[in-house]
Amino acid sequence: MQKMIDIPRQVLVEEELMQPGMTSCQGCAAPISMKIALKALGERTVVVLPACCFAVFVGGYPYSSLKVPIIHCPFETAAVVASGAAAALDVRGEKDVVVMAWAGDGGTFDIGMQALSGAAERNENILFVCYDNEAYMNTGIQRSSATPMGAWTTTTPAGSIKEESKKDIEQIMLAHHISYMATASAAYPDDMFRKFRKARQITGMKFIHLLSACPPGWRIDPANSIQVMRMATQSNVFPIYEVNKLRFSKDNQRFEEDWEYTINVFPERKVSVKGYLKSQGRFGLITDEMIDYTQKKVDRKWNELVQKQDNTNQVIQRQAGIC
Amino acid sequence: MKKAIKGNHAISYGVKLSKVGVISAYPITPQTTIVEELSEMCASKDLDASFIKVESEHSAMAALIGAATTGVRTFTATSGNGLLLMHEVLHWTAGARLPIVMANVNRAVSGVWNIWAEQTDSLAQRDTGWIQIYCESSQELLDAVIMAYKLAEKVMLPVMIAYDAFFLSHTTEIVDIPDADLVDRFIPPYVPPVSLNFDEPRMFGGFFATDYFYEHRYTLQQATHEALRYYPEVCREFHGVFGRAYDLVETYQAEDAEVILVTAGAITSVSRIAIDKLRAKGEKVGIMKLRMFRPIPVDCWRDVLGKARKVVVIDRNMSVGLGGVFASEIRSALYASDNRPPIYSVIAGLGGRDVTPEDVEGILNHVLTHDKPSDEPLFWGLKQ
Repeated sequence: MQKMIDIPRQVLVEEELMQPGMTSCQGCAAPISMKIALKALGERTVVVLPACCFAVFVGGYPYSSLKVPIIHCPFETAAVVASGAAAALDVRGEKDVVVMAWAGDGGTFDIGMQALSGAAERNENILFVCYDNEAYMNTGIQRSSATPMGAWTTTTPAGSIKEESKKDIEQIMLAHHISYMATASAAYPDDMFRKFRKARQITGMKFIHLLSACPPGWRIDPANSIQVMRMATQSNVFPIYEVNKLRFSKDNQRFEEDWEYTINVFPERKVSVKGYLKSQGRFGLITDEMIDYTQKKVDRKWNELVQKQDNTNQVIQRQAGIC
Repeated sequence: MKKAIKGNHAISYGVKLSKVGVISAYPITPQTTIVEELSEMCASKDLDASFIKVESEHSAMAALIGAATTGVRTFTATSGNGLLLMHEVLHWTAGARLPIVMANVNRAVSGVWNIWAEQTDSLAQRDTGWIQIYCESSQELLDAVIMAYKLAEKVMLPVMIAYDAFFLSHTTEIVDIPDADLVDRFIPPYVPPVSLNFDEPRMFGGFFATDYFYEHRYTLQQATHEALRYYPEVCREFHGVFGRAYDLVETYQAEDAEVILVTAGAITSVSRIAIDKLRAKGEKVGIMKLRMFRPIPVDCWRDVLGKARKVVVIDRNMSVGLGGVFASEIRSALYASDNRPPIYSVIAGLGGRDVTPEDVEGILNHVLTHDKPSDEPLFWGLKQ
């Protein structure tokens, strides 16, 4: 029997900003994630929604299932529409509002990448959240650059399953020197809640990468969404960590920048990459070579992450020595 | 205060006087000097606006979705290819009823590069729901910006101000810069009819299924009718405060004209010289200068052109496979009218080829000496 996760009291009782009546599929992790995000961010939040599943099931006109303002926008524009809203709120003198762009993997990794890169480089004061279900699920399961190697989709059918690896969005975002980057999963709601709370306090560009199970697209039982997402973390396929930007000046002349890596979830029970992949019908056609390759890649990334966390501790100690 | 400034800077001064809150722009020739000047104004705090230096024109327009929905006055500027890149967002901003004002410096677009004057870029945006105003002089540009905010914020439609690359954008003229207090009174701070707030959180945009979408489009069409009714009122009020008269169209020697030349933009100025010359020879010729082109002021066009024996339209643009866009739209507007003079369609000056007073005189002489227009447009000044 697995240990129950300690869910902080706020996650359960703080004001509910999501109302019933959404038309998402059973077991979809996106509304669960939004529910936690809004509890952490509070009612002074503007949600910017590009084309994605969420833009549909949030409610068709004249209904909305969120009790915060929503601005819908074209597919590729979430980051820049959020930037415009943040600029206007600043002009209005409303400094305590957080603008959250909430996009799928298509609106982040693919068509949304240009505007996202621009906003990140400008260090816009927005929170960009990607709920990543690893394919174009709204249009009926087509491959995106977030689709993992070996996955079946309707555009990577039997005979041509996806051969390329998933794009490393986290490194891409960190390469933009943004203020805060984190991964989170609704399978770890306490961690997710804390990260959204934290992001709310940080000025500049914040990026949170959420893994978001999609039962029809992943070919899993809707009852198992959370369990499969937990396996993703336990197998190190989706590590839960966060990166703060450390800024300090040694002599008030030279400006230095470094990263503070923190791994938030260390797997309690080791699950193999194969075990995770085989829990989902979409990997039914994956080859043994692809599984081996993925296992090696996952191990390497995990080791790098642990190394970066160790380096962080050294940097902090060094900095403490200087100060 | 009178100042010698370029056409592009006249736009910048108009934006400053309109106290815009959020500007978002991307550089493109020949628009760039508008936003360079605005950057200086923001940097020196002459203009208290937030300037988002985006990574593309698509994003320039998209940033204003966020800003205008949040209830702040907004501005952007572009040209040619930049405007085409915005196309999707132009439909969006009009459909979302956002009162954005944009300057578009008309620049040629094709599979080969050309940075000079042609109106095909803005005319390719005819169906987006944006109001389009074409201008001829720097003074008209500055005044058009101020009037555009008044119009946009009343009817909740975005307004595009279109004018010729280089001929107008980079030509220095004396411009009367209005007094800031008078402009403040003419366009008070923008108060959106539906505001983004947290006491009554709303959803802006979203999914309109088959039971609502059709009506949503109909209201957009109705708003353009309101724009046609309201713009002459804006012009009258502007005339009262600032002393300069504008309208849906402008005419020159058209009252008793037998041949009326239809123009838009800087070609109008050279055409005035040609008209004067022909008038001196006793020819009854005049001009109808297009100002508002979307929505189409049909009644106004019929009133002016219905009295003529012949109408000649110069198009510095081309709808490939059709011909001159203005000529085509004027034909449509006059079709249901009792007075339908023959329409001579002339294409001239594509890609910034100079159109001189002598060219316009030649075009008018051609029309005066031909009883019927040809089926195909006349390509004036084409090298053989």
